[in-house]
Amino acid sequence: MAKHKLMDFDEALELFEPVVGFEVHVELNTKTKMFSAAPNSFGREANTDLAPVDLGLPGSLPVVNEQAVKFSISLGLALGCQIAPSSRFARKNYFYPDLGKNYQISQYDEPIAFEGSVEVELSDGTRVVVPIERAHMEEDAGKLTHVGGSTGRIQGAEYSLVDYNRAGVPLVEIVTKPIYGTEHRAPEIAKAYVQTIRDIVLSLGISDAKMERGNLRCDANVSLRPRVPAGEPAEPLGTRTETKNVNSMRSVERAVRYEIQRQAAILAAGGSITQETRHWHEDTGTTSPGRPKSDADDYRYFPEPDLLPVVPSAELIDELRAALPEPPAERRRRLKTEWGFSDQEFQDVANGGLLAEVAATIEAGATPASARKWWTGEITRVANAQGREAADLVAPSDVAALQGLVDAGTLTDKLARQVLEGVILGEGTPQQVIDQRGLAVVSDDGALILAIDEALASQPDVMAKIRDGKVQAAGAVIGAVMKAMKGQADAARVRELILERAGQ
Amino acid sequence: MSAGAELIRLTAADLADKLASGEVSSVEATQAHLDRIAAVDADIHAFLHVSDHALGVAADIDRRRAAGEKLGPVAGVPLAIKDVLVTTDMPSTSGSRILEGYLSPFDATVVARSRAAGLVPLGKTNMDEFAMGSSTEHSAYGPTHNPWDLDRIPGGSGGGSAAAVAAFEAPLALGSDTGGSIRQPAHVTGTVGLKPTYGGVSRYGAIALASSLDQVGPVTRTVLDAGLLHDVIGGHDPRDSTSLTDVWPSFADAAREGARGDVLRGLRVGVIKELPDSGFQPGVSGSFRSALAAMEAGGAELVEISAPHFEFGVAAYYLILPAEASSNLAKFDSVRFGMRVTPSGTPTVEGVMAATREAGFGDEVKRRIILGTYALSAGYYDAYYGSAQKVRTLIQRDFDAAFAQVDVIATPSAPTTAFRLGEKIDDPMQMYLNDVTTIPANLAGVPGISIPSGLAEEDGLPVGIQFLAPARQDARLYRVGAALEALLVDSWGGPLLDRAPVRGGVA
Repeated sequence: MAKHKLMDFDEALELFEPVVGFEVHVELNTKTKMFSAAPNSFGREANTDLAPVDLGLPGSLPVVNEQAVKFSISLGLALGCQIAPSSRFARKNYFYPDLGKNYQISQYDEPIAFEGSVEVELSDGTRVVVPIERAHMEEDAGKLTHVGGSTGRIQGAEYSLVDYNRAGVPLVEIVTKPIYGTEHRAPEIAKAYVQTIRDIVLSLGISDAKMERGNLRCDANVSLRPRVPAGEPAEPLGTRTETKNVNSMRSVERAVRYEIQRQAAILAAGGSITQETRHWHEDTGTTSPGRPKSDADDYRYFPEPDLLPVVPSAELIDELRAALPEPPAERRRRLKTEWGFSDQEFQDVANGGLLAEVAATIEAGATPASARKWWTGEITRVANAQGREAADLVAPSDVAALQGLVDAGTLTDKLARQVLEGVILGEGTPQQVIDQRGLAVVSDDGALILAIDEALASQPDVMAKIRDGKVQAAGAVIGAVMKAMKGQADAARVRELILERAGQ
Repeated sequence: MSAGAELIRLTAADLADKLASGEVSSVEATQAHLDRIAAVDADIHAFLHVSDHALGVAADIDRRRAAGEKLGPVAGVPLAIKDVLVTTDMPSTSGSRILEGYLSPFDATVVARSRAAGLVPLGKTNMDEFAMGSSTEHSAYGPTHNPWDLDRIPGGSGGGSAAAVAAFEAPLALGSDTGGSIRQPAHVTGTVGLKPTYGGVSRYGAIALASSLDQVGPVTRTVLDAGLLHDVIGGHDPRDSTSLTDVWPSFADAAREGARGDVLRGLRVGVIKELPDSGFQPGVSGSFRSALAAMEAGGAELVEISAPHFEFGVAAYYLILPAEASSNLAKFDSVRFGMRVTPSGTPTVEGVMAATREAGFGDEVKRRIILGTYALSAGYYDAYYGSAQKVRTLIQRDFDAAFAQVDVIATPSAPTTAFRLGEKIDDPMQMYLNDVTTIPANLAGVPGISIPSGLAEEDGLPVGIQFLAPARQDARLYRVGAALEALLVDSWGGPLLDRAPVRGGVA
C-alpha cells in the first residue's frame, strides 16, 4: 500500500478548518434478532442461529422486535432526541452476498429519533456539544470471510464464506450533524464522542458495546475547508471521506487525525479529495480507498411494505423517559465524588473509556482504588501492548474476583497479573485459571518451613547474623525460598517464619 | 357414471357432509381426484406437481375419524395449492425456473392451517411465473389450458388453481391475488374466486410478488365452498405484520345465509358510470347486465356511482407492482438456494448472480424487474412510485365515497372472455388492461369476489360478475354472491359448469 504524504497536523490546522461527523452503529443486545425469532448471538457455529427471513427464504416475512424498538426509543431519548410518533421502515436495495434478501431493512426519511445532542467531556474537562441528526433502527448484515487473494476483500478472493448468524441483529445507527469548530481537538472529540456513546448504551444496558466484536462501530466523516480571513464568508464544505468501521476508540482518534493530515497534504499540493469510503488499517495507522461514494448512491429506498409504521404510545415514551439513567456528564460528576478520585485519577479512567468498567468492577465488590488500579494499570498496559481496547479484554466481574483473591491472600500481586493474563487469553474465570495453572500462593507453613530449612542449611551463617540482630540478612533466605516456591509464596509470611526459626 | 366420477362433481360442502357421515372415505375422495388428474391433466396441465402423500394423509384423516376424533367441517376434502405458496413436502417454484425443485423448510401459514383442518393437499398448481400475468402463459413450465376450450387461456396468474377446480380435478384450491389473479381466472373458467380484505389472510409463506397488494384466497366452484375454505385459512397470523387482528365471522355461515334468500332485498348495488362499455366484449357486458337485472328483480336497488380515479388504476398498479417486485425478487441470486449458473472464466459473485438471474427468470419477470428498478431510482421515485401511491390514495377515496352510498359495487370481472393462447403474449399492454376491473380492489385493500354470471352470447364462454365491498366486509360478499348464485343456478337449471365440455371421458 502506497504511503500517503502527510502534512504536519499543526500546519494542516493553520491552513484548513476540519469539519467532522460520525455515524455510530450500535448492536442491541436483545435476545432475538430485529425481524426474526432467531437468537441474537455471538461466536456460535456459523449459520446456526437463523430463521427463514434471515436467509431471505421465499415466503418469509419480517416481524419487528418490540424490545429493539424500546431500546431504540431509550437510546433516542438519552441522546436528547425527539421520538417520532410514527416512523417507518424502508428497504435499502443493493446486491451483496451478506444480505439474505439483497435489501437491508432500515429507516430512511422517517427515523424513530431525530434532532438531539450529547455533551462530551474532553481530557481537560472542556465540554463540547455534539449535535445529533437522527438515530434509526436497522438490521445488521451477515459476516463475509474472503479466502485467498492478497487483499482480504471480495475482489480477488478465491472464494468467500458467509455466516448469516449476524444477519438481522438489531442495530441503531446514530448520525451526527456536521460538527464545526472542533479545530485541533477534532481527533480528541471523535474519541470522546464514541466514548460517550459507549457510556450511554452501557448505562442503558442495551448493548454489550464491545468494539472489538463490532457491537459498536464508528464511521468517521472528515472534510477540510480553507481558512478565510476574518470577516469574509466561509468557504463551502470541502469534499468528505468516510472512514468505515473503525473498531476502537483509540483508532477513531488516530483515523481522524490521519485523514486531516492526508487531506491537507493533497489540498495544499493543489489536488482534490475524492468522495469515497476509506478503510482504516490498525497495524499501519493509515487509511486506504474503499469504494467511491456519491450523494447519489442509489439504494432505491422505498417504504417496507411488509411492516407497519412504528407508532409508540405517548405512555410508552414517558415510561422509557422516566426510566432513563442519569446523563453521562452528571454521572461523571457523581461518580468522581463517590469514588473519591483526584482529578488526575478520574481523568485516567475517563480518558481510557473505562468508566463503565470501573463502575461495574466496584459494583462487583472491589474498592474504587483497586478497580481503578487494575483498569488503568495492568489491563491498559496489556491492551496497549496488544493494540486492543482495555474494555474488551476482561469482564469487570473477573477483575473484582481477582482483587478479592489478592485481598484474601490467595494471590500475590505478581501471581494476580499472571492470572489476569490467563483470563485475557480466555482460560476462564480467575479461579479456573488458578486451578488450571496451579498458581495459588502456598499457604501451607509446613511446605514453607521445609524450604526455609533447606535454604538455611545451604547458608549456615544467616541464622547467626539474624540472632546478632542483623535482621536484613533474612532477605537472602527469602529470595531462595521464593525461588524454590516458584514465586507462589507470600514473602511476608516467609519472613515471619524465618524470624520465628531464629527465635526472634 | 362411476362412483369416482360422481365424487369429483360434488361441491366441497356436499363432499364434506358425506365424509362426516361416513358415506365416503377421504381415501376414496382423494383417489377419485387423483384418478381425475391422471385422466385429464395431460390436456389441462393445471398441476406442476402431484403429491405422493395425498392418500397417506387421507388415510390418516379416515383413521382419526374412525377413532372418534372431532374433526373440522372440511376434514378429508382434497385441496389444490397454487405453487406460489411454500410447502415442506412438495416443491414450490412459483412457476419459475429459478426455483425448480425448491423445497421450503416451512409451510405457508395457509397451508399449515389447511393441513390442521384436515384438508388433503393434492398437489401444486400452475401459474404465471411469480404470479406475473393473466394467462399462465408466463409459467416456465408451460401454460395451463382452459377446460372450456383447450385452445384458450385459463386466466392468470392462478390459471392452474381455477382450471383444476373447473375440470373437477379438485373441489377446492388456494390462489393468490395481486391484481386479479384469483378473480380473473374464476371469470374465464366459470368458477368462484375471492380476494379477501388485505390483511384478512396471512401472506406468510406466499412467495411475494407485490407485498402491499398480495392476498391469498379461495378458488372453488361455489360461493359456500369458498366460504368454507376462507374460514380455514383466514384470521390473524403473528408471522405476518400486515395481518389484521380482527375476529372474523364465519364466511360459510354468511354464504348459507345469502343462499336462503332475503339479502338482495333493499341491497344497494353500485354500478360505476366511468367504466366504459367500449373495451368490454358485448357478451361480457350483456351477461353483466342480465345478472344485474336478476338482482334488481330480487329486490336490489341499482345505484350509479362515480369512481373517477379507477381509470388510473392500471397505470398506478404497473408502477407499484414492479417496484415492490423488483425488490422482492432480489433474493433470487443463487447464493443461498435455487438455481445457480456459473459463467465460464473466472466468475465473480456478481457474475454468478447475473448469469443465474438471466437464465432463471422469464421475459415478463425481467420486464417488470427493469420497470420497477427504474421506477424506484433516485430522481424518478417521486414521479413514478410517489405518484402511483397518490393515485392509490385517490382510489381509496373513490371507494370511501362510493361505499357511503352503496353496500356493494358490481363490475364485470374482466373485459373479455378467455382469449386464445398466444393471442396477447406479445402485447403486454393488452395483457395488463385485462386487469382493469380487478386492480382497484388490490390498490385499496378491499375484498372482491367473482362468481359466474353466465356465458357470453358470441362465444359461449363463461363470464364472471365481480362484487366489491368495504374493507373487512368480506362476509357481505359471501351473502350477496351466494344470493345471486342461487338465483342464477336456479334460472340455468344447474351449475354453469354443467355446460362445460365433458373431459376425460367419464365426467
